[in-house]
Amino acid sequence: MHLPALRFGKPYESLERTQLVHFLTGERVAEVSQVGGAIMGRDASKMARAREALLEINPDEIIKRLQTAGNLYVHGTLSVGDGKQSPANFVEQQSSTTGLPESLCRANMQKNLFVLSHMDRMLDCLSRGLPHEVLWKGYGREHRGVVVSYQAQSPVLGLVLPSNSPGVHTLWLPVIALGVGLLIKPGGQEPWTPYRMAAAMVEAGIPPEAIGLYPGATDVGAAILAGCGRSMIFGSTKTVEQYRGNPSVQVHGPGFSKILIGDDCVDRWETYLDVMVESVAANSGRGCINASAIYASRHTGEIAAAIAERLGPMDVKPPQDPDAQLAAFTVPGVAQAIWQQIEGGLTASGVTHATATYGPRLVEAERCGWLRPVVVHCQSPDPEIAKAEYMFPCVSVVRCPQEQMLQRIGSTLVATAITSDPVFQSQLIGCTAIDRLNLGPIPTTKLDWLQPHEGNILDFLYRSRALQVPAEMPATSTPSARHAGVA
Amino acid sequence: MITDPLPLQPAAFELANDIAIGNARESLDAHTVAMMAWHFHPSTGCPFWLDYAQSLPFNPLTDVKCYDDLKKFPPFEDEWLRGGPLRRWVPRGFADKPVYVFETGGTTGVPKSRVNMRDFRTDYEQFSSTLPDEYFPPGANWLMLGPSGPRRLRLSIEHLAQYRGGISFCIDLDPRWVIKLIQKGWMEHLEAYKQHCVDQAITILEAGHDIRCMFTTPKLLEALALSLEKKGTTIRQAGITGIFSGGTEFTPQWTRFAVEELLDGAYMTPTYGNTLMGLAASRPVTPADGYTIAYYAPQPRAVIEVVDFDDTNAVVGYGLTGRVKLTTLTQETFVPGFLERDEGERERPCHQYPWDGISGVRPFRQLAGATTVGVY
Repeated sequence: MHLPALRFGKPYESLERTQLVHFLTGERVAEVSQVGGAIMGRDASKMARAREALLEINPDEIIKRLQTAGNLYVHGTLSVGDGKQSPANFVEQQSSTTGLPESLCRANMQKNLFVLSHMDRMLDCLSRGLPHEVLWKGYGREHRGVVVSYQAQSPVLGLVLPSNSPGVHTLWLPVIALGVGLLIKPGGQEPWTPYRMAAAMVEAGIPPEAIGLYPGATDVGAAILAGCGRSMIFGSTKTVEQYRGNPSVQVHGPGFSKILIGDDCVDRWETYLDVMVESVAANSGRGCINASAIYASRHTGEIAAAIAERLGPMDVKPPQDPDAQLAAFTVPGVAQAIWQQIEGGLTASGVTHATATYGPRLVEAERCGWLRPVVVHCQSPDPEIAKAEYMFPCVSVVRCPQEQMLQRIGSTLVATAITSDPVFQSQLIGCTAIDRLNLGPIPTTKLDWLQPHEGNILDFLYRSRALQVPAEMPATSTPSARHAGVA
Repeated sequence: MITDPLPLQPAAFELANDIAIGNARESLDAHTVAMMAWHFHPSTGCPFWLDYAQSLPFNPLTDVKCYDDLKKFPPFEDEWLRGGPLRRWVPRGFADKPVYVFETGGTTGVPKSRVNMRDFRTDYEQFSSTLPDEYFPPGANWLMLGPSGPRRLRLSIEHLAQYRGGISFCIDLDPRWVIKLIQKGWMEHLEAYKQHCVDQAITILEAGHDIRCMFTTPKLLEALALSLEKKGTTIRQAGITGIFSGGTEFTPQWTRFAVEELLDGAYMTPTYGNTLMGLAASRPVTPADGYTIAYYAPQPRAVIEVVDFDDTNAVVGYGLTGRVKLTTLTQETFVPGFLERDEGERERPCHQYPWDGISGVRPFRQLAGATTVGVY
């Protein structure tokens, strides 16, 4: 299969192609055309047209088409690149180049389907009931009778997607429904979701000129970030730091998600073991929403031992095995390098390796490697390993007095706080180090898509501003007022 | 993930015949012997080589009878070129000639230096004969959209323009600052500096100087083209008919993109060169040849060999990948067997250049991670 670049609807076959190979066998799976940043720069003139093409369609109709696209994505045989792709082909291909077990690939498909099929409800929640028409026209009257204006900050959202986590795609799926085009640099090893999703959307009637796919090297990412009014990038802590404070760029880095157990609940820690295990190990621990640390003031040794007992025996299985739960590190040497780093961390004072008795953690194959789950007990939040996040099920159970927790946890994308103590809850709600907060025993990996994730995508793409019209002029006097939803 | 270009089609260009190849080899062998006589004779050689010859287990004056005998020299170490005294590189035969010094590198630390008397002029006069007059009209003015400062290229382009009867207009561009911006990750500053260079170029192009020819790097060429496009014009409409480009890696895909979407009919010829070797021209780049960029050194003044990564005295087979090995054989400079920081595929001799060439030039894989490629 060959995946060409898609220059806002026009396939472009490059003379340079990367070969995607099976992580176990090295067999060729697909070729992907590679373009340079200059092509993207040249196509910047097409960005305005991407939004215009969407605005020519009724916003409610767009939502319906996205729901159709969701069904096609999960169930349809689609034209992807120069071939046909069934859902089974997709799962096999995605697994073969990312190292993710096929069962997890299927689960991610369902996640994407959920978002697309609930798009109307999601938008209603993200916009707090704003009529969709307002985003199309730029202003309108909301249900209280007040004129509101939302100005698009960019005709397209630029996306520099990661190679290693097919779970991130839910973040950009609402963008088309917001009347904004997509300019995507797919992940090197995971072009599959963007290509299949684009194919499903186009087949469902989304204008092809609203979607650009530009596979390439880092200069394409740089061109996207430089050329788009709004862009989203996934990367390391260094990448996060590089773009911190840049209002045009939303950066998604490590999550350092955590479970915090309050003193009022910690003596019943066994009750929450399932929540802890799921938070650490769901989706092979690859996500930024997987818990990398669990904080409690006591019983931490017992908690670590209990999680180790559940996760320690987890072993590598073939990717086709329905029980496979561990993803491979497909870049040679990476698993070994991570394990060496962890081994270094385990030598620190106050650190105990709770999974040490469950066999070797590093499993190496000819072309790839795996890391079996690692559970660490830390007597305090001080050791470096207590602050680490790795892309496999790896968690530090950290002893820390409750009154110090919020000062010690550091940046936390998802915090699941298991407490009924109203004072602690109030402190948690006010803690600015925490982004998503689960009050109660909810796995960190269980996301409510009707709530914003790392900032509201609507607020990122649109600016709410004042727009006044004479009192006698209806706020919806243009022809596009025919669309439903505006008073 | 493995990155490979598409398979090349080697038969899409005119191959050199055996007679031409043999003649070129004979010429190279004779030139090599003549250069040994010059560089290792006490009355004409430079202090460095005369001293160095004392440590060699052979006599270059008598034991080098052909080009291949240069393998007797140990690999040339470019570190020898750092620092002074520079006069150690000036051949005694040219002791009374004015000396230029050209630098390479130098973003941090002491740059490498090469002395020049007239070599850069000779190299570019020879190169001039490869430029088609249709696109590089004699008498036309030039724009040098490339590095300024202590670079050989800056004076060479000016000489090329003058040699062809034109005037060269230049901009200010400090490539060392560009490298620092990249190393620091100051990408916004990098973009701003690139735009600053392109703005200077557009100002010159719009100032009524009747500029028809240009030197630039691939990255600056695309930035210039995109900037002109934003102004509703093109490189061709701005008056440029011929572009000589080099300085950073060219890929077939980039060249195809430039031809199809940036140049608007202007002619572009890629080149490969550096301060040590001089300038390697490319055989004509055509869609039929998959936009393959194949370079040929200006033999016998300089030689490019594509050698085995482990055995650097053995050239690889045609079409196979190896490291770039440069040999410079001019009266001003003798550099035997310098291993470049590039790799590529060995190309067969072609009609225009009946000796080995190289295509797919890119940073040497074992050094690529430590190499920063700038706009130049």
